[in-house]
Amino acid sequence: MDFDFYLSTMWSVLKALPLTLEIWFFGIAFGLIIATGLTWLRASGHRLGEYFTRGYVFIFRGSPLLVQLYLIYFGLSQFDFVRHSPILWPILRDPMYCTIVAMALNTAAYESEIFRGALRAVPVGQIEAAKAFGMSAFTRFRLVTLPIALRLALPAYSTEIILMTKATALASVVTIMEMMGTAQKIQHDTFRPIEVLTCAGVIYLLLNLSIARLFAWVEYLLSPHLRPAPEQSQQVKPVPEVL
Amino acid sequence: MEFLNSLQEQLSTAYELLAAGWGVQLLWGIAWTLAVTMVSMLIGAVLGSLVAAAKLSHRGGLRFIGESYTTVFRGEPELLIIYLFYYGGTQVLTGVARSAGSIGSTDILNMPSFLGGVLAVGIISGAYQAEVFRGSFLAIHRGELEAARAYGMSAWLRFRLVIMPQVLRLAVPGLGNVWQLTIKDSALISVTGVAELMLTANKAARSTHHSLLFYTLAGILYLVMTSISTPIFDKAERYTSRSFLRPK
Repeated sequence: MDFDFYLSTMWSVLKALPLTLEIWFFGIAFGLIIATGLTWLRASGHRLGEYFTRGYVFIFRGSPLLVQLYLIYFGLSQFDFVRHSPILWPILRDPMYCTIVAMALNTAAYESEIFRGALRAVPVGQIEAAKAFGMSAFTRFRLVTLPIALRLALPAYSTEIILMTKATALASVVTIMEMMGTAQKIQHDTFRPIEVLTCAGVIYLLLNLSIARLFAWVEYLLSPHLRPAPEQSQQVKPVPEVL
Repeated sequence: MEFLNSLQEQLSTAYELLAAGWGVQLLWGIAWTLAVTMVSMLIGAVLGSLVAAAKLSHRGGLRFIGESYTTVFRGEPELLIIYLFYYGGTQVLTGVARSAGSIGSTDILNMPSFLGGVLAVGIISGAYQAEVFRGSFLAIHRGELEAARAYGMSAWLRFRLVIMPQVLRLAVPGLGNVWQLTIKDSALISVTGVAELMLTANKAARSTHHSLLFYTLAGILYLVMTSISTPIFDKAERYTSRSFLRPK
């Protein structure tokens, strides 16, 4: 066992953590925006909107993210209008932006399904009560539907976020030197794949465990009404020992 | 009109490329993808049931092992695990072969790419299958297990007659999800050089410079594979739960 090797590998991989987090953050942020749009389109009740979202979800959930990434990175540049466009070309020629676009489009499909399920799971009685109070549609959504739906969506959303953390490793196949790419490089240089990949694996695992903890904590904060009431016996003072 | 002409041109190039041999290659790619997925699912089923049993065990040590397995293999990027098995396997094999003297001290004994890929994807699939099996075991009525015990059935008999048939029935929908996941994970083992659909599409795209065509085709073929499996699993679910259907 040489610890120096482990330490230096760990350090080199950690130095690529910011890049991984950058892909992760922007992928999730843009994904959330697209997912919100899709959920709105689906919930709005237009038949065209429903067909579009169904097709979108079918395509992006049914094929591997790697295919989507290759299609965006290598495939789209075949179009002349993409290469001549002043907006699209700077985005689509950069592997970093391509990864973010692919991840955002992919996660939006899964997230829109999560949000749709959460919206449908909001108890009808609560919406009826809000209506009975004379709340406008917007107030109803802001004060009743949205908070309940967000809390219901949280567990599935955290799973999706963890899947996204794992997906950032795919950026290494389009030449980005994030954690996986760095680990790959060290491994090729040293030919000690088991040690190097274990180091990277530990970092990924810690990252995912902390994300899971964070979400569990947020979920705990958001559901005070679901926790069991503090036990009475804890509040009653113990009988003093008089005997 | 110009658009139609260019579309026709595109289609005829696509046809020429596919007829020139890439079509057959892609079909082979599908066959390999299905082979990889099936073998991985089988490896995953064996590992998954063992891990599920460990997670349900009364012994703390076994439970810990089961928990760690599912946490680690569901928390790591799939790509990392595939690299670990492929390159790590090469490292181990080379080390063993060098010390046994069967290859020279500078030679390298490569991990067979199919074996490495299938093991990695199978182990990942096993982590997800373990959760499915555990969930379906917990859904069995406690009373039935107690009744079997009261009849004096041995542990094996209980497993064979009471637990297994019900776990299999309850696990079908969950296994359908894992199957789809495994198809998509199988695309990642193209990095090790197994000539499955993704790698074939990659080769075709690079050598013909028609990446849009071939990656779109690959995407469509994956969609076909995942969407064909949905009705098959629905049918399996109806078949296995036929005695539980509600009368119409």
